[in-house]
Amino acid sequence: MNNLPVININGLNHYYGKGELRKQILFNINLTLQSGEVVILKGPSGSGKTTLLTLMGGLRSPQTGSLKVLGQELVGAKKHQLVKIRRNIGYIFQSHNLLECLTATQNVAMSLELHSQYSKEEIKQKTQEILKAVGLGQRINYYPGNLSGGQKQRVAIARALVSHPKMVLADEPTASLDSKSGHDVVNIMQKLAKEQGCTILIVTHDNRILDVADRIVELEDGHLKQSKVEVI
Amino acid sequence: MKTPLAWLQLTHEKTRLLVALAGITFADILMFMQLGFRDALFDSAVGLHQSLDGDIFVINSKTDTLIEIRSFSQRRLYEILGVNEVKSVTPIYVGFSTWKNPIERKKYNILNVGLNPEKNVIMLPGVPENISVTQQQDVVLYDSLARKEFGPIPELFESEKTVKTEIGNRQITVGGIFPLGTSFGIDGTIITSDVNFFRLFSDRKQGLIDIGVIKLKPEANLEENLEFLRKNFNYEDISFYSKEELIQHEKNFWQNRTAIGFIFTLGTIMGFVVGTVIVYQILYTDVADHLPEYATLKAMGYTDFYLLTVVFQEAIILGCIGFIPGVSFSMLLYYNAAKATGLPIMMLTSRAITVLILTVLMCCISGIIAVGKLHAADPADIF
Repeated sequence: MNNLPVININGLNHYYGKGELRKQILFNINLTLQSGEVVILKGPSGSGKTTLLTLMGGLRSPQTGSLKVLGQELVGAKKHQLVKIRRNIGYIFQSHNLLECLTATQNVAMSLELHSQYSKEEIKQKTQEILKAVGLGQRINYYPGNLSGGQKQRVAIARALVSHPKMVLADEPTASLDSKSGHDVVNIMQKLAKEQGCTILIVTHDNRILDVADRIVELEDGHLKQSKVEVI
Repeated sequence: MKTPLAWLQLTHEKTRLLVALAGITFADILMFMQLGFRDALFDSAVGLHQSLDGDIFVINSKTDTLIEIRSFSQRRLYEILGVNEVKSVTPIYVGFSTWKNPIERKKYNILNVGLNPEKNVIMLPGVPENISVTQQQDVVLYDSLARKEFGPIPELFESEKTVKTEIGNRQITVGGIFPLGTSFGIDGTIITSDVNFFRLFSDRKQGLIDIGVIKLKPEANLEENLEFLRKNFNYEDISFYSKEELIQHEKNFWQNRTAIGFIFTLGTIMGFVVGTVIVYQILYTDVADHLPEYATLKAMGYTDFYLLTVVFQEAIILGCIGFIPGVSFSMLLYYNAAKATGLPIMMLTSRAITVLILTVLMCCISGIIAVGKLHAADPADIF
């Protein structure tokens, strides 16, 4: 496994609003995520977790400092560069956000269709493999409306990981799930990510899933605190 | 093959799709009916003109329409007969009088057309064959497509009965039928001989005619002769028209001098606006309902352009599918309207294409308004 950092943040500050109302959300953030790491980002509401996550995912334009994702500097990047970087990142949202009109297979395929190198057969094969890997081999042609909350979140994971992204960003992926399916979902994420050598950043309040992390970072009022956890 | 998202999005919610299609069908029917009636009006107004067999037509310069025709002296017409390339001239007499329904005994206005039966120029089916019967006193040919108020004349005639009724205050006999049809200004027509015409219109001055039909010799050039006549018979009281010009002259009256053309065009625009609003509602709700999903697609790396194309594909699919029931129902309505009114109202390919284009345009305009909402799909907001 190479040691090039997937994310390298140096002295990142972020502000919302303009003029008198300008408010600083993130203060001098320094963070490096290595390839293959599972990192949990926790912190109270309003601490700036989501802002940091959206900046890393290229969903928001960073303002000052340095934010390198997969070697690409995002400070001052053009919109189409942000769109390009997004294609190398898998997202898992609090609500699954699956397209209701598409089957599980089609939802997952949407992610692969962004990458022109896959043929129709490859897409079909990869989609079925990943759905089998998340335990939905029997339900590949179900619509989201006919799947349980945990199953939908597993489809979302399949969609995020099928294109083998270098990094997965997950925002409260277990928030709407019960304890058991929440744990299953995180375990599947961790297992697949380890197999693919993919970095995972999970933003969560959920203390039940802290055990999957290699490292936990805490954000409080826009300042970052780091702590190493013991993996038992 | 990419996932056909627009199609799947539309067909996923069957009820909403049906409502959308019903709306587009409704808008299409509205446009078809308005355009159909407008064209039928213009076409029906020139039904008689179209049946006239002649090269050049002379009418009073102040005549704008058949239903308000002004006469001119027949001397003008016979002068023209002296022109070398003119083969024949035929005067036609036109006037309204009342027709008594022989069953109900009610009176209705009917158009009377009179001409010399030996020099017939009206080429409607049934006229050249039967015109000679009008040489008998008070015998007329009756328009089988006239309004039903005039009585079941064609049925009576076909069943070999002698149909007698009154025109004005004269007893007449129907000696034959021909199909012409009604227009907004004319409910029915009869054709008879010039002699009978003057019996019906006894107070009319002899020597005044309404339309002069000129036939040229076979080798003669229409344009040259038209120009020659206009130059050498430059009287203030008459004008010369080719057949096409005569038809256009009549259509111009209905288009410009009556509100009818305007009303039907306005109706078409209303249909268009109603359709646009309906499709906009459907597309807007669709975008609004799927906003988090569209934001997710953006977060995955789909471009704004991709989402734009999805909305426009939906718009065009809706337009094309909605057009099919729209055109089918309209054809049915055309058939019934033609039967009820006697107007020549029917589906034309050119009109179908016009409405199809309008429908797609209507859906695209709705799409343009609806995609404004897409900008609200900010992937940064869904975390």
